[in-house]
Amino acid sequence: MSSEAIVSFEKVNKWFGQFHVLRDIDLQVRKGERIVICGPSGSGKSTLIRCINRLEEHQQGRITVAGIELGEDLRAIDQVRKQVGMVFQQFNLFPHLTVLENLTLAPIQVSKLSVEAATERAMQQLERVRIAEQAHKYPLQLSGGQQQRVAIARALCLTPQVMLFDEPTSALDPEMIKEVLDVMVELAEQGITMLCVTHEMGFAKAVADRVIFMDQGQIVEQNSPQAFFDHPQHERTKDFLAKIINH
Amino acid sequence: MAISLQNIAPKTPPVSHTSWRLWLRQNLFANRTSTLTTVSLLLLGLWLLPQLWSWAVWHAQFRPDADACQSIRGIGACWGVVSEKYRIIIFGRYPFAEQWRPLVACVLLVSLLVVSCMRAFWRIGLLWAWVAVWLAFFGLMGGRLFGFSLGLSPVPTDQWGGLPLTLMLSSLSIALAFPLAVLVALGRRSDLPAIKTICVTYVELVRGVPLISVLFMASFMFPLLMPAGTTPDVLLRVLVGITLFSAAYTAEIVRGGLQAIPRGQYEAAASLGLGYWKTQRIIILPQALAHVVPGIMNNFIAIFKDTSLVTIVSLYELSGALGLALSGDPLWRPFKIEGYLFITLIYFAFCFAMSRYSLWVEHQLQRSQAR
Repeated sequence: MSSEAIVSFEKVNKWFGQFHVLRDIDLQVRKGERIVICGPSGSGKSTLIRCINRLEEHQQGRITVAGIELGEDLRAIDQVRKQVGMVFQQFNLFPHLTVLENLTLAPIQVSKLSVEAATERAMQQLERVRIAEQAHKYPLQLSGGQQQRVAIARALCLTPQVMLFDEPTSALDPEMIKEVLDVMVELAEQGITMLCVTHEMGFAKAVADRVIFMDQGQIVEQNSPQAFFDHPQHERTKDFLAKIINH
Repeated sequence: MAISLQNIAPKTPPVSHTSWRLWLRQNLFANRTSTLTTVSLLLLGLWLLPQLWSWAVWHAQFRPDADACQSIRGIGACWGVVSEKYRIIIFGRYPFAEQWRPLVACVLLVSLLVVSCMRAFWRIGLLWAWVAVWLAFFGLMGGRLFGFSLGLSPVPTDQWGGLPLTLMLSSLSIALAFPLAVLVALGRRSDLPAIKTICVTYVELVRGVPLISVLFMASFMFPLLMPAGTTPDVLLRVLVGITLFSAAYTAEIVRGGLQAIPRGQYEAAASLGLGYWKTQRIIILPQALAHVVPGIMNNFIAIFKDTSLVTIVSLYELSGALGLALSGDPLWRPFKIEGYLFITLIYFAFCFAMSRYSLWVEHQLQRSQAR
């Protein structure tokens, strides 16, 4: 793990209308670091990671990704999006394209790879998430867990430096959560930079280098998983942990 | 306590024996209301069908004999009017001796349209076929192309009529209105205020006026706005009018389809670095259009029949040509109903083909999306 920051937030503020959703966010993510972000609903955690590939615009402060500052410059945004893969809660696969077409789309259209090269890369990624045999099916023919694994493979096809996960297991049936988490653990072990919004505390304990707790648009507390779970510092963190662990 | 679970092997579902007796009983004579309805409908049919048969076939006159037709007026149909007048009905005022030209033009155009509907032919060559067939169509109809004579006697556009005119106006205006409609629908959802305003204004303006007034304006007011001496051909003006009119309606249907696409699709496309046009072309439009195939086809069918309104500016397409064929001829004027039934059949054949095609498209889309 290098000390160089690949994602950095400096005094970032964002509002939805009058609602102050991100408040003075300062965050440095080192290359190869695995971060889990948790917090109650509406705390701004999804908004935070969505600012990294500019699905949301921030209004104040600086966000830099892989040395590129995010602003109005559309070309910079395109550059950043090539470096950042994202996995959504609702998978957001393209239902009218086959699994394979979902994966090859961006490499062909954005990275200008040949069809053969893109297909080869896609099959590699499908094997990585152990779903290569479904390559020619349509997304809606797959189970939720399979769809989410395809979505992970799709994001990996652009060989991103950073992976964002926005509650990747929240829309899954309980028996499918594990297959998705297993894939994410493997990814984490392979050293990719990850920012993951999730309530899977087992996952946080197993792979995170740092756990961040957000509430009301602020980073309330951040620490190593061990320290975070064993000795939460802040009252609000304790409250939150009590609620999600004893439910 | 251990619970012993006995595995139940899967069995085939029970076969349902439906004899025709049972079917009749379930579907037509299930209860008193159902029986009553069935019997009344049967009686109505028994009363109507013989009358229809008697008028349309039994007492009908098939020979183009005006006197014979006159003698059976009100008792039997006079199909003779069709055999007498079909060439004027189908080709309008087009010079009689030259009517092989619109016939060939029609056959070419219909073949092109049929081929265009088939998936096996969706490749680049089809574009060339479109160019070639339209050049051939206008060359045959007008006898000249871009001012060059083709060795055929020139026929000015105001003499074109009947089926070729209907087919030409509807297929060209559909082919032009569709892409325009997609652009307008996208424009209405644009973040750019200027584009959005233009698109909204266009749609609201066009939807606020009847097609007849659009055609009237296209035909009489458009030339006033052009520099003196440059009057575009009446066909062109009418074509532009119909296209702009139907594009506005189609745009709203397409917009409905666009609204059905969840935001996650845009976000996924954006996160993969796809730009606006690629996102629309590859991700959004294929799904949005698939949702609105029935609505779009509905509109296309309406356009096909709305071309009959060009009579208002003295272009005699199929229904106008029928009026032309019969109104001026006192001998045959009384037999308009038979004439209208004849063109009804033609309109129906085309519209029915279109609606069956739309069903086929829906079926294809369903299969490919496995929904």
